[in-house]
Amino acid sequence: MQVIAPAAFTLALFVLWELVCRVFKLPLTILPAPMDVFGALWQFRAPIYDNALVTLWTTIAGFLIATVFGLVLGIFVGWHRAIYSALYPVMVGFNSIPKVAVVPVLILWFGLGEVPAIITAFLISFFPIVVNVATGLATTEPELEDVLRALGASRLDVMRKVGIPRSMPYFFGSLKVAITLAFVGAVVSETVGANKGLGKLMLDAQSAFQVPIVFAGLLVLAVLGIILYVITALIEKRFTRWAFRGQHR
Amino acid sequence: MEPFVSLQSVAMAYGRGAEQVRAIEEVTLDIARGEFIAVVGPSGCGKSSLMKLISGLHLPSSGKLTIEGRPVTGPLKSVGMAFQNSNLLPWRNAIDNVLLPLEIVQPHRSRIGRERAKYRAQALKLLESVGLGAFAEKQPWELSGGMQQRASICRALIHEPEILMLDEPFGALDAFTREELWCTLRDIQQQRKVTVMLVTHDLREAVFLADTVYVMSNRPGRIVMRREIELARPRDLEVTYTPEFQAIVHELRAGIGGGRH
Repeated sequence: MQVIAPAAFTLALFVLWELVCRVFKLPLTILPAPMDVFGALWQFRAPIYDNALVTLWTTIAGFLIATVFGLVLGIFVGWHRAIYSALYPVMVGFNSIPKVAVVPVLILWFGLGEVPAIITAFLISFFPIVVNVATGLATTEPELEDVLRALGASRLDVMRKVGIPRSMPYFFGSLKVAITLAFVGAVVSETVGANKGLGKLMLDAQSAFQVPIVFAGLLVLAVLGIILYVITALIEKRFTRWAFRGQHR
Repeated sequence: MEPFVSLQSVAMAYGRGAEQVRAIEEVTLDIARGEFIAVVGPSGCGKSSLMKLISGLHLPSSGKLTIEGRPVTGPLKSVGMAFQNSNLLPWRNAIDNVLLPLEIVQPHRSRIGRERAKYRAQALKLLESVGLGAFAEKQPWELSGGMQQRASICRALIHEPEILMLDEPFGALDAFTREELWCTLRDIQQQRKVTVMLVTHDLREAVFLADTVYVMSNRPGRIVMRREIELARPRDLEVTYTPEFQAIVHELRAGIGGGRH
């Protein structure tokens, strides 16, 4: 049932799309039918594959940097209430800058290539990780802290024994959000300016009015997005089984 | 004999300046080694503050607090604590939860890496003594509320503290489980002769378990009544239905007052 329902729904969506295109005789340059899209996908499989690999690699590279950096900064921010309140507004401000606006600057600094895409993926995805880890640490039960402090535990002890393990479900939960954002970041950066990647491929196809290729690119992005999400969701379940206790009771 | 814990005109406040909240005032009491005291009073009367004070988590704003004749200047380390919420770590099973204090407090802290097996055996024995032997490997959510509370008390006892501090430990349990745990606590205290400070608002619980009951007033909390419970030990649950027992409970109830009779 868990596989059948979404599969049936997706199929129905494609059928509906195909029907709409045929009944209203929509031109290929406005909305290509799924058949055309799959045709383009097959015909241009080599360049699509090449460019998808680039996007995938920049996404994952940016995501991994964001994971490490987000975890470290999150622990630092959650260490003490004072640090939390001092840094939080700055981070919110930073996070509200649209990252598209930063890409030209990055291209200026690092040139056309993979580096701006990686950095954009990183910039857009580290914030939810920091916030989640910091929140997990900041919401440690005060009684539990008392139990340990009464035994002479240092701040580091409390963090190691309670705070950090306790924030792990928050951390792994945020990875699901972060990977999706990293993907968006990489593609946005490629669309603004790059020499490779799915974003760049779609941009070129669009200026050549090869609309089926644009849609083929979108389709690949959707599939990759789902795969990346599923992988992080599985990692989350694997490492924080105790937080999902309700589901296999 | 010199008292184990001694408070003389102790006051404690949270915050500073105009926003200062006085939690307790003019508290004078002595606890002998091995004594079981209970502190009762209306909610928010500073019972928990008194506990934080004696465990060294908070320092008095005035007055004198000594343990074994020495003034308290910081966390005691020889204290075990348990609360209304069992606060077991959900990522550790029961026995690993019990072992937690040994990973913090010296000299166990530096030994537990090498002698884990020995410490595990010790923790298992403790769990067996409260009837949790078969549940040592269970995760906290697989235990009932009463079992979680038993495990939490084991965690408070594993490093053999000199004082056991219990803050409404049975407050969230049903009446039958609560009475069962009274007996568990009674037996633990009897065997180990540990000094116990129990904070509760259940007067029957206080009278059944304690040697001495202190009644605190509304905030800022002061001791308004001290009552020694002379009921013979070992006490059986049956004692709670006797007229003597009821009379003491009534007397304490009157001491709390507040016009809510």
